[in-house]
Amino acid sequence: MSPLDVTALRRDFPALHQEVNGKQLVYLDNAATSQKPRAVLDVLASYYQEDNANVHRGIHELSRRATVAYEEAREKVARFIGAADPAEVVWTRGTTESINLVANTWGLDVLKAGDEILLSVMEHHSNLVPWQILAQRTGARLRYIELDDEGKLLLDDLPQLLSDRTRLVAVSHISNALGTINPVKEIVAAAKRVGALVLLDGAQGVVHTKLDVQDLGADFYAFSGHKMCGPTGIGVLWARRELLEAMPPWQGGGDMIEFVERDTSTWAEVPHKFEAGTPNIAGAIGLGAAVDYLAAVGMDAIAAHERNLVTYAMERLAQIPGLRIYGPRDPVERSAVLSFTLGDAHPHDISTILDSEGIAVRAGHHCAQLVMKRFGLAATARASFYLYNTRAEADRLVEGLETVRSIFG
Amino acid sequence: METPALNSLYQQLILEHYRNPRNKSELPDKTVEIHMRNPTCGDEIRLQLRVEDDRIADARFVGQGCSISQAAVSMMTQLIKSRSLDEAGGIAERFKAMMHGDPDVAKDRSMGDLRALAGVSKFPVRVKCALLGFDALQEALKKTAEGERH
Repeated sequence: MSPLDVTALRRDFPALHQEVNGKQLVYLDNAATSQKPRAVLDVLASYYQEDNANVHRGIHELSRRATVAYEEAREKVARFIGAADPAEVVWTRGTTESINLVANTWGLDVLKAGDEILLSVMEHHSNLVPWQILAQRTGARLRYIELDDEGKLLLDDLPQLLSDRTRLVAVSHISNALGTINPVKEIVAAAKRVGALVLLDGAQGVVHTKLDVQDLGADFYAFSGHKMCGPTGIGVLWARRELLEAMPPWQGGGDMIEFVERDTSTWAEVPHKFEAGTPNIAGAIGLGAAVDYLAAVGMDAIAAHERNLVTYAMERLAQIPGLRIYGPRDPVERSAVLSFTLGDAHPHDISTILDSEGIAVRAGHHCAQLVMKRFGLAATARASFYLYNTRAEADRLVEGLETVRSIFG
Repeated sequence: METPALNSLYQQLILEHYRNPRNKSELPDKTVEIHMRNPTCGDEIRLQLRVEDDRIADARFVGQGCSISQAAVSMMTQLIKSRSLDEAGGIAERFKAMMHGDPDVAKDRSMGDLRALAGVSKFPVRVKCALLGFDALQEALKKTAEGERH
């Protein structure tokens, strides 16, 4: 594995090369969404310029081309995540829709009053609110894995939290708010012992680690394309084939049926059973191009580069008086997401001041209000790094934070 | 390095109100209270007024949030105290005009410390922070007027 040639790789991302407020842009909001390489932008344009047609139904050349590209993208994504079968890759709008799909199909079908869903306090609202709605509808009960002071799951509590009432454990692979990498195999093993299924929110996981869904052993894995160099509006629900086959459909419409009668219909094979209506064809093809790009760069090399960067950034940030970083102290236990506060400067003020220096970070609760409550915070500032970020950009962040200190000093 | 726009946003007066907010306490004999939150950023205030004879006899708040939202509501409570309801409504209108870039309001001495917030209009994403207290004030005036009609 060779280190990344970041200088060369940055040329692939047109949006990085611009000035914001008179300064060269430093884009550190990758946990919200990543920038897109030219390979993805080009494939979106060429699809619309040359192959645009609806999939799976036209007996004409353009429809054939669109269908082939769309299904090839599914195969690429299946290979990228280590799925046994491309039919296990269901296209959705993103992580949120993937999780809602499971809640509205498997969840409504299986859950009964008194059943339990085990979540964690670290969850993004997208892996929290769908289960709250489902629990209200079914009478199921939500339970929570708590966090320690470093933002790591208190897995010692698992034996008390899991029982034969537990039907599902739904946790994030990597925390978007704290960067914590969860020991998901350990969680899967504990869940299996009580016969519960496991859903992993992989919105950050697939971005920062080389994913092998079969090796992880979970039952559902949900993620979005736009955080991993792909377009917005396309995402994936991966699930084991037999589970998808047993699940009822969610949305009804074209493409998800086999035969339609007056009162009943039969369903198409998986994954099409879950893909009603004209899908985001360009988005799927764009995500296919994104995983080609990431595979060519190398996920292990990307992970090593990010670890190197986050280690450096943590060391430099730790020297700023009044700055507090949340999440695991050991860089090995975290992704390239740094949530922090700085003295009594509110995170929104931090973000405005950094923006005036051309530095994009996120400020707020990061759709993880339970995490904020756990640490007694209203908000944090969050700098999140990706494959194209550099040490020089981490230095710019430190300089920007010195400006915050000089204003709020 | 601080830019001119940044300097105009984070004036000492704003940071001073953020650190030492005026009228920040519960008002025991309040006649109206409005809880206002900005769900996208988590800023929140509870504005409490004691209205007597169509006049704001006292104005206080409790809350938490960024320097802009907290300084703005602190300055606002200073200015509206002992004003008539109509005058308070006029202050809210003029402040909103200033947030939309009206240069005359920024020079209007009757706006008191609030003039220091004129620079916020150059930061569109932060305008909603400055308006949080004034949205609460307008709600409070509306609620008071509705109460009187009943």
